[in-house]
Amino acid sequence: MFPLSSTTDSTTDAPRDEIRDSEIARVIAALDGAVLDSLVKANDDMWIRVSPDAWVTTGNTLKSLGYSYFCFLSAIDWMPSPFGKGEDDPTAPPKERETAVKQGYAGGSTRFQVLARVMQPFSSLGINIKVDVDETAMAIDSWCGVFAGANWHERETHEMFGIGFHGHPDLRNMYLPTDFEGHPMRKDFPLLARIVKPWPGIVDVEPLPGDDDEEEGAAS
Amino acid sequence: MSLLGDRQQLAYIASQAADARVNVELETEGMTLNIGPQHPATHGTLRIIARLDGEQVIWAEPSAGYMHRGYEKLTEVRTYPQVTSLVNRIDWLGSFANEVPFILAAEKLMGVEAPSRAQHIRTILFELSRIANVSLFLGDLGVQLGAITPVFFAFRDREYVLNLIEGATGGRFHPNFDRIGGLKEDLPAGFIDETRNVMKKLRTFCDQIEDLLFGNEIFQSRTRGIGVIPKDVALQYGMSGANLRASGVDWDLRRDQSLPMAWDKADWKVITHPDGDSFARCWVRLQEVRESTRIVDQLLDTIPAGPVMAKVPKIIKVPEGEAWVSTENPLGEMGYYVVSQGDMGPFRVKIRSASFNNISIVPWLLKGVYVPDIITILASLYFILGDIDR
Repeated sequence: MFPLSSTTDSTTDAPRDEIRDSEIARVIAALDGAVLDSLVKANDDMWIRVSPDAWVTTGNTLKSLGYSYFCFLSAIDWMPSPFGKGEDDPTAPPKERETAVKQGYAGGSTRFQVLARVMQPFSSLGINIKVDVDETAMAIDSWCGVFAGANWHERETHEMFGIGFHGHPDLRNMYLPTDFEGHPMRKDFPLLARIVKPWPGIVDVEPLPGDDDEEEGAAS
Repeated sequence: MSLLGDRQQLAYIASQAADARVNVELETEGMTLNIGPQHPATHGTLRIIARLDGEQVIWAEPSAGYMHRGYEKLTEVRTYPQVTSLVNRIDWLGSFANEVPFILAAEKLMGVEAPSRAQHIRTILFELSRIANVSLFLGDLGVQLGAITPVFFAFRDREYVLNLIEGATGGRFHPNFDRIGGLKEDLPAGFIDETRNVMKKLRTFCDQIEDLLFGNEIFQSRTRGIGVIPKDVALQYGMSGANLRASGVDWDLRRDQSLPMAWDKADWKVITHPDGDSFARCWVRLQEVRESTRIVDQLLDTIPAGPVMAKVPKIIKVPEGEAWVSTENPLGEMGYYVVSQGDMGPFRVKIRSASFNNISIVPWLLKGVYVPDIITILASLYFILGDIDR
């Protein structure tokens, strides 16, 4: 019926969502080849992944298609954390962990992806847009000229992930001190509180002070 | 005598004219005004740096980040049930409402749906936290404009609502009551009757505030036509909630989005205002408290019987996937983008809080306003610092 994407499997009996299917077809047609991958989950949400060159065009096109509400912009670091859940014993040698980068919905090929969401007011249809961020350049174009609200979101993404935004007026830190080194939301940035002191949650049942006394009393 | 008076008057006028000429000839120098880092009504610490030309703001920049607690990073080392106690503290005046979208996102990924009784009680508690939150706003609004009485009314009547929340959940501010698959416990005995009484009190409170503030001439002249946000600007800054509806956008996620909640089981109105000024924003919030009391009243009548918890495994593992759920929180659209990789904890959680977007319009909005209007505009935008910084 509609040009469906590679990740939407039309052979299964999965529930169809005609509104979102036709909507994503409209978006893909309007973006004219910029969409690398797309996904529709019935009665849930839509995802597209666009090529980095077409990032600003994507914003403008979606805006003209009625997606005038800017919801958020952020990034995802797809590398598995080398620190796991932060529950390792700091005195023990570091554990071997999975290092393969595995992207989520609508695929991708880089470790970092910028993720944004825009919505159509009135119909409440939203679309999640992902874009790969090349690791050598570590920058994409800024959406400030498309949605003014992207300004602060890009500043936050810049300091937390170290992703640059070409054409952003002012990429100062929002939260961190100016001379802060590192990008806290990257997976290889350790959560220091968990590194310097073992997480008490590792111990399943912590003996209470009273329990110890009782044991001593019983022994004597 | 009268001659002397006239002469004096003439001399005065002449000197004024001379002063005016000097003022035109002199180049005025700009001044930087630093507001904070203390919010006038202490919703946390926000600093605003404003560059003034005379009484007019030519450039303003809020400096957030005094309360950044890194919740997005912390969620990555927590399990799903543990995250609710974190997100509770984002918007601390309406904490229960913060838990709901996260739990709904986790439930969506797991394919679990809470029993209808739990959905109903969730909606009631959600609306109660909205009432507690926004009633405090209505009181603070008075304080920020120099009226003292409303804040006493607000603290008094909010306490009734907090007592209800405490009675049901055990916590006044941080209930941590929502669970994946339902709620921690059922409602306590007597909750329904007590809630009905409190809703009556809250409607009286709304009438009092309307009489005290909204009909007040000083209040009107300080808010009408001040800080106007047109519809398209509000949308592209991602403003949400009452701020967006006050700009004439008829959009409420409670009505326009299908979520496993009970809002569609009640009859209520979405309040909008065409003006987009400070007055409209305050007025929309006042009316929304009234609508919320109506929602709660109606839902109390129709709580279905049954369990409050669905069958979920003891150890919660969420299957791989990504989900976005947002709800219409007291401050606006609050959403979570949850990425799961089949673990006990989330892989990445993006917290989209309402105040972050709502306050990012401030540099645009404050351009050209007069100094006293800064406070009015900030008050009417209504933000909570924990909701900006996360």
